[in-house]
Order: sequence, then C-alpha cells, then structure tokens
Amino acid sequence: MAIEIEQPRVGLSKVAVSKTHGEDSPYFAGWKAYDENPYHETSNQSGVIQMGLAENQVSFDLLEKYLEEHSEASSWGKGAPGFRENALFQDYHGLKSFRQAMASFMEQIRGGRAKFDPDRIVLTAGATAANELLTFILADPGDALLIPTPYYPGFDRDLRWRTGVNIVPIHCDSSNNFQITPEAMEAAYQSAESMNLKVRGILITNPSNPLGATIQRSALEQILDFAVNKNIHLVSDEIYSGSTFSSSEFISIAEILETRGYKDAERVHIVYSLSKDLGLPGFRVGTIYSYNDQVVTTARRMSSFTLISSQTQHLLACMLSNKEFSENYIKTNRERLSKRYDMIIKGLKKAGIECLKGNAGLFCWMNLSPLLEKPTRESELALWKVILNEVKLNISPGSSCHCSEPGWFRVCFANMSEQTLEIALERIRKFMEQRKRN
Amino acid sequence: MTQTRYSRSRSSDTEKENTGGGGGAAMRVIVPLQGVVQGRGGLVLGSIIPCALFYFLQFYLKRHRNDLDDQNNSNSPGLNSTTGSASSGKLAELPALTRNLSRGLPSPRSPRGPVSVSGRVSRIVKGADSPYYVGLRRVKEDPYDELSNPNGIIQLGLAENKLSLDLVKHWLAENAEQVILRNWKELSISRIATYQPFDGLMEFKVAVAGFMSQVTAKAVSFDPSQVVLTAGSTPAIEILSFCLADVGNAFLVPTPCYPGYDRDVKWRTGVEIIHVPCRSADDFNLSIAALDRAFNQAKKRGLKVRGIIISNPSNPVGNLLSRDTLYSLLDFAREKNIHIVSNEILAGSTHGNEEFVSIAEIMDLDDVDRKRVHLVYGLSKDLSLPGFRVGVIYSHNEEVLAAAKKLTRFSTISSPTQCLLISMLSDAKFVQTFITINRERLQRTYALFVAGLKKLGIKCIKSSGGFYCWADMSGLIRSYSEKGELELWDKLLNIAKVNVTPGSCCHCIEPGWFRFCFATLTEKDIPIVTDRIQKVSETCKLN
Repeated sequence: MAIEIEQPRVGLSKVAVSKTHGEDSPYFAGWKAYDENPYHETSNQSGVIQMGLAENQVSFDLLEKYLEEHSEASSWGKGAPGFRENALFQDYHGLKSFRQAMASFMEQIRGGRAKFDPDRIVLTAGATAANELLTFILADPGDALLIPTPYYPGFDRDLRWRTGVNIVPIHCDSSNNFQITPEAMEAAYQSAESMNLKVRGILITNPSNPLGATIQRSALEQILDFAVNKNIHLVSDEIYSGSTFSSSEFISIAEILETRGYKDAERVHIVYSLSKDLGLPGFRVGTIYSYNDQVVTTARRMSSFTLISSQTQHLLACMLSNKEFSENYIKTNRERLSKRYDMIIKGLKKAGIECLKGNAGLFCWMNLSPLLEKPTRESELALWKVILNEVKLNISPGSSCHCSEPGWFRVCFANMSEQTLEIALERIRKFMEQRKRN
Repeated sequence: MTQTRYSRSRSSDTEKENTGGGGGAAMRVIVPLQGVVQGRGGLVLGSIIPCALFYFLQFYLKRHRNDLDDQNNSNSPGLNSTTGSASSGKLAELPALTRNLSRGLPSPRSPRGPVSVSGRVSRIVKGADSPYYVGLRRVKEDPYDELSNPNGIIQLGLAENKLSLDLVKHWLAENAEQVILRNWKELSISRIATYQPFDGLMEFKVAVAGFMSQVTAKAVSFDPSQVVLTAGSTPAIEILSFCLADVGNAFLVPTPCYPGYDRDVKWRTGVEIIHVPCRSADDFNLSIAALDRAFNQAKKRGLKVRGIIISNPSNPVGNLLSRDTLYSLLDFAREKNIHIVSNEILAGSTHGNEEFVSIAEIMDLDDVDRKRVHLVYGLSKDLSLPGFRVGVIYSHNEEVLAAAKKLTRFSTISSPTQCLLISMLSDAKFVQTFITINRERLQRTYALFVAGLKKLGIKCIKSSGGFYCWADMSGLIRSYSEKGELELWDKLLNIAKVNVTPGSCCHCIEPGWFRFCFATLTEKDIPIVTDRIQKVSETCKLN
C-alpha cells in the first residue's frame, strides 16, 4: 500500500466558515428538537408542537379552490399556448402581468389608500433575498443599519452575512409597549457613531415581527423625519401587511409619503412577499418597491441572482389579478387570523399569562417575566428549555430577537389546526397550574 | 443568458500595475528627503522642504488616484474614444456620471445632497451601454418576425435553444395540469409536517442527479446528497465565488469566456478575475502553460489565486476538454493548492462526434482531489427552461456543500416548479428522447449555419457543443483592433440587422471574432441571415 502523504487542505473563504448564519442559536436549536420529535394529531400526540414557525396555514383552502377552478393558471391553457414564451422568459424586469397583479394586490391590502406603480416593483426569490439585496445596494461593507428591537432573528444573517454590513439596535421596551421613540433612534445613531460605523439606513418591520403589532402613524412620521434629518434610507418591511386583523389599523409608509406629496420619497423602500399573507413560503416570491430610480434599476439588475420562476409568476399573475379572488382572500384571511388571535389570547389569559396587545401577524408576544427566577437572559433561556423539554412546545425566546427585557416570548398560532392550538393551550395551562402549586 | 450588462474589463490587468506604481512613487520621494532633513539645508529648509514635499506627494497621489478611478469607472476606454456609432456620445458621459456616484456624494452628515448608495451601484451603471446590452435593447424594439416584421433584427446574441422547445411543450400540455393539481394537494400536507429546505426538495435532487447522469450518457452516477439546487446557474457561480474566495482574491478564467462571469464572480463578492487568453493558433484550447504564467504573475503582484473557472463545453468557442487536459488541469490545481470550478451547463447540448468527459468522471476515479473540484450545472440550456430558474452545484467537499446550502436561502427554486420538473425529469423515456432529438437538431442546424457562413468566406472554429459558432471575421474589419471589431458589429446590427456578440464582450484579445447563437434559428431563417451578412461583408470587402 502507498505511503499516505498529508495533502494541504484546499481552503475556503471567510464567508463560508463564518458563523453569521446564526444557525447555532437557540432560535434554531428548538427547531431541531421539533424535527426529532414532531407532534402529530394521531400518531405522535406527545410530540413537540411547533410554535416557532411564522407560517400562515389558515387560508390554504381558498388557494386550493382557486386552482381547481382555474386550471389555466397552472398549465398555460389547453395545449399550453403561452408556454414557449414563459419557459424562455428570464427577463429580470419580471412578467408585466405579474408586476401589475402585485401592485394591485398591495393597493388592495392598504384599502386603496396608497398607489403602487408596477414599474417600480423589482421581483426577488423571497423577502430574504429582497432584504439582502437592498442591503448590498444601500450600504457598503462595514457600514451600519439601525433596527428597532426586538427584531426577526433572521436579520442577523440576511442583512450581515455576505454584505459585511453591521446592525446597530434601537432599543425599545415594554414601558411604552415597545414603540420606537426619537430618543431611542438618536441613541442608536450616536452609538453607531461612537463605534465609527457609518449609518446608511433604518429598517423597520411594519407590522412588527415579533411584536405582532402595527406601528402607529405618529411613530412612522417620526421615523421618516429621523431618516430625512440624518439623510439616510428607510426600509419598511411590510411582509405582514395583509395579516392585520382589521384593514384600517395598518398604516403603510406609502400612505405617509402620499400625504407628504412624496417629498423625501427617494430614500424609502418597501419590502413585500407572499410567503406570509398568502401562506406560500415555498413559492419564493418577494418584491422590492422603491421610490428611488437608481435603486430600482440596480436592484433589477442584481435580481438576476434571485429570479422568480416564470411559471410561478404566471400562476400568481392569474390568481392575484382575479379581483373576486383577491378581495375575498384578503377579507377572509384577516377574519380567520383575528379569530385565532382571540383564541390564543383568551387561552393564555385563562392560564394567567399576559401578552402585548397585538393587531397583526401570525404570532403573539407573550410576557413570562413573572416566571423568571432572575430578570436575566440566562433565566429566560432556562425557562425556554423547560418549556421545550417538559411542556413540549417550541416557542422563540425574546433574547434571540435581541429584546433588551428578558422574559418575553414569541408564540406562533397560524401554522397549525385549531385542535392543535387547543392542545398547546391546554399544555400551557397545566404547566402554569403546576408552577403555582410548587 | 439573462439580459444584463456585460462589463469590459480588458483594462483590468493594467489597472493592477498602476496600483503598484503608486507605492513606488512614494518611496522615491522619501529617500532624498532623508538627505535634506539630515543637514544640508539647515533646520528651516529641513522643516519646510519635507512639508512641501509631503503636500506635493498628497497632490500627486490624489491626482493619480483620480486617473485610476477613471480607468475603474470607464471599464472600456477603447469604446469611449474610438467608437463611431451614435451611442458614443452617451458613452463618454458615463465615466463622469459614475465618478460622481462613487465619490462625489456628500456624507449623510451634510443633508443637502441626495441620499447616497453603495459603491456597488456605480459598478453596474457603467456597463449599461456595452454592445451586448445595446444589441438586446435594439432587438426588443425591433424584433424579427417572418410575417409581421420581416425587416426586423434577427437575434443571434442570446444563448437560447428554441430548437427543441416543442418537445417540452408537448410533455407539459399532456401532463402539467394533473401534475400541478396533485402536487398542490401534497404540498399542503407536507408543509404542515416540515418547512422547505432551501437547497431543494430531496425528490427534486434525485430527479436532477438522474438527469445529469443521463446527460453524461450514464458515465457518471451523481449522488443526490451532494447536489445543491439554486435559482439558476447565475447564483450557483456567485455562491461558489463567495465560498471559495475572499474579497480581493482572484480566479483564473481562460478567455474568450462567458461575458456574465464579470457579474456573477465579481460584482457583489469583491473577488477578481484574471483572464488567461487562449490563442486562435491553438483553436482557443486551454493551455496549462498559460495558466501557470498567469498564476505566477498574479503571485508577483500579491494577488492570491483561489481557483480556476472553466466551461466545458466552452462558451463561446464550443470546445470540449479532453481527458488528458482534465488530468493536467487537476495536476496544476493540486500543485498550486487551488479549486477548480467546472461550468458544464452545456453538457447535454453536445452535437459533435467528440466524446464529452465531465470532470465528475475524473472525480469518481481520483479520490485524493475530490475536495477541490466543484461542478456547476443547470436546466436553462440543456432543457431550454431558462425561465424556470434551476441551477446546480455539485461537489464532494462537505464544507463547501454545507456553506452553499445555507446560502441558497437567498436564491431558492420555487416549489411548484420543483414539483413540475420532478415529474418531467422522472419520465426517463421523455428525457432520453429529448436528449437524442435535441442533439440531432443542434447538429443539423450547426452544420447548415457553418456551411452558410463558409460560403461567405467566414470560417468558424470547429465546435462540439453548445449553441454557438465562433466565427473569424477579422478579414472584414477595417482596422485590426477592438475599434474595427465594434464598427463591424455596429454594421451587422444596424445595416444587416443581425444582433451578434463581438469577441471583445467575451474578453477575446484577438480582434475580429464574433459569437453567433444558431439555436434560435429555424432552417428557413439561415439563408435569410447569411444573405443579410453577405450584404455587409460585400461592403466591407470593397473597403
């Protein structure tokens, strides 16, 4: 046998070996526990119930019904006349019919209070890609984005990993229901400056993840003023805009701009996706809507790295331009989410647990701080482990969302059936009773 | 190929030399300074002269940096100064505009100016008027149609294969509806159980691995667990660039090459490309000696080479890499301890008599070097489905696979498309028929097209794969230069009304070569194209 010679290992890049993907954090560790022992209504009733996944499964039947009745959406019609162009279509402008359908869908969600121009829509394979793309365009490596806490844990990865951009948190707390204040924004800006980081923008999620609440008009005005004042960009991730429980409570930054006559609009960019509102995360449909021509042009060219399948564009263009379908869907989806929300709030209240008052999203922001041994992150994680391993519920600890106050948890309610939700609430109730007794 | 700009970085090599020059100039000032300070001029002169020299140095470097930026921004200096076409005025404007974008914007602290964007923006703006982009735009405005627009521009600049689309369309017409409805129901059940893996559904990986195996005539068996799927081979190449190289590192790329590498490999990654020219005397075949020279030159300049990117079959020439060349390439990579990325996106579109050897076949036999070789593939070319966005990274390197999988979250393939294609690719009979008929049609059309060009006295390099003829039209250009080549391109576009890709877009250093994509043509179109080219070639010969 030949002598084994040690070959020099061919190296990988810093990006490849970096831990910025964040998959070692507790947010993702809970998923592992779920994957190993997933709850099932009949075959595994003692398994872990997944309440850490913000997916919307309450209105899937509406989509199924549409497809059954409109086969031309999925097969390009009898004999597939439109197929040839569709299969060859890889223009990064995207199908015009699809952009028009998206623009009108976004208008419908906002009750017609804002107008969207289809030519300002850039398509990407999901909001994850949209957020990363905007970061590549608005900031250079080493620069910073300001983001209010608590925020979606995925931002740490999506906005920072390949871009080399930093996130500086804007701290919000329960004293004012976690609302964003000018003082907090200024403090974050100063903090970035003291670290010698150039701030390029502020990114808000409205409705907020994980709070499950819309941002108030006055706060939006202040945020826009702040961005104008510092001459930075404002990115508004409105991915949950169609999941507000009542149409009138959501105010989009687009509406603020409209009332201001679109002055200062060139710094504003809206991110949207169909993953949450339509419950189609697998379709990978995201959009960037920018009021800045240069950003639109660049984003479009950059979207070559993340185009949406033309087949999917065609299918969704048919579906969303069907006004009857889209109006009914938006209305029904809102009602069902609202109902689920009421159900979980009542159930938690019965168990003696309070939540932040919410009005949107697929989750609620639960306050378990009274149960903490000490008001520390360690206590919060200890409690989270107990809930995962003993109560067998996977919920998201606030620390993974960078919440500065320990004890808050995000609990998703739309990714399961009503029966499963009942069972989850029952488990929580039992757990709380046991703790009271001890 | 997606319709985006292609930058012309022919000046990229000279740029690097200038960067070195700046440092040298500084040294030449500091040394004489010592003499002054030490005593010949006294204390006053010893203070004033160094200060003066310091300021002059700053001034010199600043001006020098301005020139560098001009070269950086106007990536195609040749184009700016010499093109005679109507668009040249616009081109001259571009460098000034981009200089403002990248450096002239006020900082956020002075709110008077517009809000600034990143440096990446300026890098994409300047390529917008390259011949490739201009040509595509003109075709869009005035596309040829046999009946409705017989005087329109015929598209030979986009690498699409329309020859066998009818086969795919037929399969879809028969099967798509049931497939999609069935998948819709299954989708809802499966989603309740688990969330979607970003690097593709396992069944789709199995189907794609099987297809890749059929494409290589079963010479290779691809392991689905080593397949990473992403939304097109464009992100596949970018992801590998992110994984294999750091900012400022470089890849060696033999030229002429796919124009899109400038975007895919360099744009967001900050990685450089070092072009390694192949010569017409060698039929543009890869030369290991040339690679070696380029590697050593890079090393001298302090540029770290992390890998080589090859295309096999190659774009635009259509060469296949022989088994021997692949082994030599592997030896070279092993010696330098670098990666090899093999873009085999046209593997199923071979049409010559030569045997196609995938680098994966070599990998099957050679255990030692598996970790340094990575394959890129996709369904855009071989299955004529560029719109569906299916790209593949195939590797034996666990670390690369792990990182690549995580990065696919930014470019995931749409699930209904995955489901549809699982059914299509699992239909072995359809796949086999498609591959065979597609090859026959490519061979026939290629032969007809090459013969047509030959009658005009235009010779092509013998191609064994892909959709292109790589034609030598240097006999028709007025001056043997890039300027001459672009003048001919312009005539072909505006007079002959045929959109082709000039060799300079592919970074070919020998002027006069053009890339014609013949797979968009029917047999009827070919004489129309050759007639139109003849008109222009006659006028060129007269000159």
